Amino acid sequence: MNSILDIEHLRTHFKTDDGTVRAVDDVSFQVRQGEIVCIVGESGSGKSITAMSVMGLVEGPAGRVVGGNIRFDGEELLKLSRNELRTIRGNEIAMIFQEPMTSLNPVLKIGEQLMEPLIEHRKLNKKAARKRAIELINEVGISRAEQIADSYPHELSGGMLQRIMIAIAISCGPKLLIADEPTTALDVTIQAQILDMLRKFKEESNMSILLITHDLGVVAEMADYVVVMYAGKVVEEGEVVALFENPKHPYTQGLLKSKPIINQRQEELYSIPGQVPNPLELVPSCYFHERCAHCMEICKTTQPALKEVGNQQKVACWLYEEATANV
Amino acid sequence: MSEILQPLLEVNHLKKYFPIKSGLLSRTVGNVKAVDDISFSIKPGETFGLVGESGSGKSTVGRTILRLTDKTDGEVKFKGIDLYDLSPQELRRLRPKMQLIFQDPYSSLNPRVRIGDAIGEALLDHGLVPQAEVRDRVLEVLAACGLSSYHIDRFPHEFSGGQRQRVGIARALVLNPDLIIADEPVSALDVSIQAQIINLFRKMQETRGLTYLFISHDLSVVEHLCSQIGVMYLGSMMERASRDELFRDPLHPYTKALLSAVPVPIPKLKRERIVLSGELPNPADPPSGCKFHTRCPYAVARCREEVPLFRNVGSDRSVACHLV
Repeated sequence: MNSILDIEHLRTHFKTDDGTVRAVDDVSFQVRQGEIVCIVGESGSGKSITAMSVMGLVEGPAGRVVGGNIRFDGEELLKLSRNELRTIRGNEIAMIFQEPMTSLNPVLKIGEQLMEPLIEHRKLNKKAARKRAIELINEVGISRAEQIADSYPHELSGGMLQRIMIAIAISCGPKLLIADEPTTALDVTIQAQILDMLRKFKEESNMSILLITHDLGVVAEMADYVVVMYAGKVVEEGEVVALFENPKHPYTQGLLKSKPIINQRQEELYSIPGQVPNPLELVPSCYFHERCAHCMEICKTTQPALKEVGNQQKVACWLYEEATANV
Repeated sequence: MSEILQPLLEVNHLKKYFPIKSGLLSRTVGNVKAVDDISFSIKPGETFGLVGESGSGKSTVGRTILRLTDKTDGEVKFKGIDLYDLSPQELRRLRPKMQLIFQDPYSSLNPRVRIGDAIGEALLDHGLVPQAEVRDRVLEVLAACGLSSYHIDRFPHEFSGGQRQRVGIARALVLNPDLIIADEPVSALDVSIQAQIINLFRKMQETRGLTYLFISHDLSVVEHLCSQIGVMYLGSMMERASRDELFRDPLHPYTKALLSAVPVPIPKLKRERIVLSGELPNPADPPSGCKFHTRCPYAVARCREEVPLFRNVGSDRSVACHLV
């Protein structure tokens, strides 16, 4: 399968009064055509900033992409001018966010907001755009499409707004959809509807999805391939079944063990001790070493590189370096 | 043995309506029935889980029990005493015994007050211990909640999300309560931190014999912590059962749908999922008959017309559905 998005050694930094935060620190991975890749991580892991960097939405003066390559469909996004990027954004790459209300314009009717990208990118006239907008509202499973098109965002529920965001996102037939925690603010029954819909659109159009989430349940349901981030780094990646059945990195293992699972009750939940390190106080080391049960001397002083450990699974952990060295 | 224990908390036919005002004279034109005839009881040492989606009224139940907002009708008995019969002074004396823990402890902490003082002030306020002993009591509860003694002089912004929730728990526990109402206490936390806090809740229950009303939208967390569970939808209780019964054999179609909608972190698992159509109806204008009929895959004509009774099925479970 062709890769549609190729991220290599991406580094995005933020300058603060107290120092530089390396929010995305040498991150590389690929999204192939028709594939759903999930980036999973906790708050501060850099998963959202990775997505924002791809969209060219990390804007100065504080934040900046300081290194690496982002190739979309063979084209280097970091070299494009703002205008060139605009023609790709919303057209070939679309994005949906956690809070649909904050990405929609409160004083524009739903229909107008749907028509905007169609007029801008697809060069439709107003009448054709309106017709297509109504079709799109129907496609995302909302009845009374005409009436909804003439409503304002505040008149719709969170679940409906997220459907509208999806309708806007798919309106120009993107090759890649970036979805940043798209169902986190929604109730589970609505989440199930939205996830089903994303899968359906993916299958119909063969678009790729980069899904950012903290919810391992959502990852298991949606992902073909999983990238696990911690403190700005990719600590493990792999095909979804392999990664869930045989997690290699102690952080991935801990994360999977600490999630309560329905109908698999345990007396006490496993929990990872401690907390995420302060991003300003990171020194060369494995950033997980303070919380890791297998911490060795080398972990405290040297950063492990992401290495393949068979079956397309990659892990950044000295445990596996040692193992291969000893064989 | 537990059968003969008196319940610590009894909620009978509790109703809380919020008026909808409109027009120049702010006339009441209708009611949002946030809590519409809810009954349940919790035995000492038990954890009762109240689950539901947004707008189900689960948080309002918690707040109405504690008289943080007035009831419309019904009764709330704590150790056999109806809280709504108490004078403000009597209620105040009882308050330390019933504590509330919120989803976001940060918003309930004064940013300019040191954590030690924030935890200790309620002790002084209620005159529970002499001034000289407050610091010792605070240190004790901090340690019990997994915080260190040096945290006592720190300010709220110096704590991470998980630590703030530990502070929230410490502040409730320092008063030595019998009942804790926890409203989505782990929803804002990352998975690895969430597990730490869930374990803390469990440990505190074991060591202090606490009774919990645990309000949450997350069924996996509720299953882990609660022995009895009530499922709410648009202000009504749809089903109440022991944890084992509810998860093994959910009876109400809404409970079934809710359970099947929770994403499970097992990629190979193929489940029969009941995807509910439509949105949550407007609570100001709930559907006739069974409130769930607009989204229920099994609804028949009767469901649209007749409100199902919340009735006993089996020894200790109740359900409100015509089809069960």
